[in-house]
Amino acid sequence: MRVGVITFPGSLDDRDALRAIKLAGGDPVSLWHGDHNLHGVDAIVLPGGFSYGDYLRCGAIAAHSPIMSEVIDAANKGMPVLGICNGFQILVEAHLLAGGLIRNDHGSFVRRDQKLRVENVGTPWTSGYTIGHEITIPLKNGEGGFIADDETLKQLEGDGLVTFRYVDVNPNGSLNDIAGLRNARGNVVGLMPHPEHAVEPGFGPDTPAAMSSGTDGLAMFQSVLAATVLS
Amino acid sequence: MTEQIPDTVENAIATPDKDQPFHLLGLKPDEYQQIRDILGRRPTSGELAMYSVMWSEHCSYKSSKVHLRQFGQKVTPEMTKNLMVGMGENAGVVDIGEGWAVTFKIESHNHPSYIEPFQGAATGVGGIVRDIISMGARPVAVMDALRFGAIDHPDTSRVVNGVVSGISFYGNCLGLPNIGGETWFDPIYQANPLVNALAVGALRHEDLHLANAKGVGNLVVLFGARTGGDGIGGASILASDTFAEGGPTKRPAVQVGDPFAEKVLIECCLELFAGDCVEGIQDLGAAGISCATSELASNGDGGMFITLDNVLLRDPTLTAEEILMSESQERMMAIVRPEKIDAFLAVTTKWDVEASILGEVTDSGRLIIEWKGQTIVDVDPRTVAIDGPVYNRPMEYPAWLDALQADSPSKFVRATDGDELKKQFLALLGSPNEADTDWITNQYDYYVMGNTALHTPDGAGMIRIDETSGLGVALATDANGRYCQLDPYVGAQLALVESYRNVASSGATPLAVSDCLNFGSPENPEVMWQFARAVEGLADGCLELGIPVTGGNVSFYNQTGDVPIHPTPVVAVMGSIDNVARRLPSGWQDEGENIYLLGVTADELGGSAWAGVVHDHLGGVPPRVDFAAEKDLAGLLGAAAYEGIVTCAVDLGTGGFVRALADGVLRFGVGARVWIDEIMSRDGVDSTAALFSETQARALVSVAREDDVKFRGLCEGRNVPVLRVGVTDKRSGEVEVQGMFSVTIDELRHTHRSTLPSHFGPVVGG
Repeated sequence: MRVGVITFPGSLDDRDALRAIKLAGGDPVSLWHGDHNLHGVDAIVLPGGFSYGDYLRCGAIAAHSPIMSEVIDAANKGMPVLGICNGFQILVEAHLLAGGLIRNDHGSFVRRDQKLRVENVGTPWTSGYTIGHEITIPLKNGEGGFIADDETLKQLEGDGLVTFRYVDVNPNGSLNDIAGLRNARGNVVGLMPHPEHAVEPGFGPDTPAAMSSGTDGLAMFQSVLAATVLS
Repeated sequence: MTEQIPDTVENAIATPDKDQPFHLLGLKPDEYQQIRDILGRRPTSGELAMYSVMWSEHCSYKSSKVHLRQFGQKVTPEMTKNLMVGMGENAGVVDIGEGWAVTFKIESHNHPSYIEPFQGAATGVGGIVRDIISMGARPVAVMDALRFGAIDHPDTSRVVNGVVSGISFYGNCLGLPNIGGETWFDPIYQANPLVNALAVGALRHEDLHLANAKGVGNLVVLFGARTGGDGIGGASILASDTFAEGGPTKRPAVQVGDPFAEKVLIECCLELFAGDCVEGIQDLGAAGISCATSELASNGDGGMFITLDNVLLRDPTLTAEEILMSESQERMMAIVRPEKIDAFLAVTTKWDVEASILGEVTDSGRLIIEWKGQTIVDVDPRTVAIDGPVYNRPMEYPAWLDALQADSPSKFVRATDGDELKKQFLALLGSPNEADTDWITNQYDYYVMGNTALHTPDGAGMIRIDETSGLGVALATDANGRYCQLDPYVGAQLALVESYRNVASSGATPLAVSDCLNFGSPENPEVMWQFARAVEGLADGCLELGIPVTGGNVSFYNQTGDVPIHPTPVVAVMGSIDNVARRLPSGWQDEGENIYLLGVTADELGGSAWAGVVHDHLGGVPPRVDFAAEKDLAGLLGAAAYEGIVTCAVDLGTGGFVRALADGVLRFGVGARVWIDEIMSRDGVDSTAALFSETQARALVSVAREDDVKFRGLCEGRNVPVLRVGVTDKRSGEVEVQGMFSVTIDELRHTHRSTLPSHFGPVVGG
């Protein structure tokens, strides 16, 4: 199962996403933002980072990278696409997901082990979880505050498109504690926290059992492998 | 400096008596005369610019050189056997086995960080990372050692907020995990904060690159960001001058950082190295093109021809002198074989990195720079980069030192009852220098790259280098300016052993040292004496421990008005561990484990946190250093980690036993019951010394009951004094010092955590 990870200039967590796919049992494929070529992948991850320095609105320039026309086509045809952090921002800027992401309400970059509730399992990225499942994965961003107008927000909630919600602490002022969402079809998912940093014992968040042993993000990559096998 | 018609060599010969503003560039009259003697004529304004920046204290080490030689002299073959590159290059390189090497260095960016804290700190990170790339390595982590003024001074918040946001902005955007560091507050740093940034990189042995321009006809390529008007004269005017109270602000001389450009530059350089496109490489930092051309030429075939018109500019109105001096960030200079230039430019184009060919390597022995068709620089590059002035500055034993050392904290009446000791414990734990720094570190990403095995608040940071074998490195930085004020020789050694012990406590084997020596003005004989003593102490200490100094940096003129900072030699120790899965955190996580104190306790409270916090006192002598005991302890910790018979190790340093105890408890929120009566009876000390003494060569470890016998056997075999002093306690939710006091973990955490937020605002993310 081939899962592509796109490197944009300024992508930072691309190597981590490639490693996560490998640890989940998939075949990771590096994709370059300047190519018009998805190299036959079955699913795509847009990784975290600061594409183009995020000096403009986060993700705004990367959303117009050459490869994004292929990503948008593939997404519209149903290919699973996951945007993590800056990847989420790029998907929003590319209008594949609703809403917008703005500067954290407290004004600073924040890194913390973040508890989330899985709100929707009807996507190829979350089918390995159960509804209401609470997971802890790292969060690290400066502009992760989710916003949307009232109507959009109502629609997201009404249609059950909110996929992850912050629990205990809302780290950035996101409306309705929204940490991640999906499109109507369910194949496109974006979230601010980083599942790829919670896939390998020894390098994830601390848990009550052992230091750095948290692997709650692994199921996201395993889910898509199972989903693409089924399809 | 701003004449539009370039001052050519021809012109310099024709107008020997032209008045030149050498003093405004930081040159002394005798230094200016020395330049005239070298050239046999007056320098052109371009040459003057180059000499002035390269002969500044910051670039030339003119006051420190005679002392720093000890680091190269006090070594044994055993110490250098793993050293692939020693002092003098951009950064030292150490062989860590399995074909891997590690390069690391710590460097100061103090003065810019006071003037413009955000950009000063940001570009400090950027500069040290480029040193690491220059060696052919992929940067894998950063750390920072920070010193600020009094926590409650109105200006401290400005500096703290600026510096922390600058490091956060640059480091996070660069995608390098920030795995540790240290933060101190002291009025002595009020108008002169210290921002020391460390970077570490990993490379395969065959990827090593050096900064030299060899091969006549090879091309000199400048690539990365364009050259602009920022940081002009930064090196000479900022780093080599003391802030005068009420003087004009020097803001325009601080560089501006673009971490995105640097991130792209890292990936671009690594692809250039992989494609064998580069013969030699040098980053552009202090003194910009002046430094890069003269150093590359000096370290290579000795000559270089440069057409300065080919430099890509951000601002076309820059003069030749400004281009030579500009410290615009995110630039590199490479030496490229002509047949490789197309491949080179293909890689830079792929990464949207601009590059221009400035000239070529020659064997003329001259660095010749042309501008608008005329020669504006014609010098022997060695006279610029290597054979600068060397000063044997006068030194003087500080007049005040004997009185300070005689003022021992033994004069204070000691508390004996539990309530009073508890108050002191909590006061210490909530004091600015011992308090939780999560207000700072929550703004740093330590997850990126997925190889971080230990990070703040662990005593050392640890990074996995080889994802298959688990081979990794651990790093720690330490310095205690209070100790150094009392005795710079011992103080520097204390920084060394503390950092060494932090690395050993992680389970790694200490291998090498980098240092950042922050001092007052070298023109003050007492400061010069402190500097000389600190260097001597450090060199002697490294010899005792058998680990070499691989590089570093000297920062002088850290003072405001006439008051120098406490000597602050920040020592970074790097160690390796064959598998990071065997690492030791600095806290216990499981119920019912035995807690052991390794090492013996003496009554050593001079310069201690206890003296500072409880009695607002600095005096006496600092703790004694026992290198043999440190080596035994480190050996034991390494062996115990290797065999998996300890579950955590916390070194005892500032704040002594209680600080280590609190660290052990707070790391994972697991309580402990401890007793100190056996420490008191075995070592003949009172309760205050047992709790607060800062005797070295000690650590707390936790051991699962089933490994108890094995552990005690190990201690006996390795001659390390050991005493069972407690048990971990997961249920009580408190830490109890039996017969003295108990504190709930919640209260402990609250005390430890509220200090920084109470001055700087809430901790982000709760």
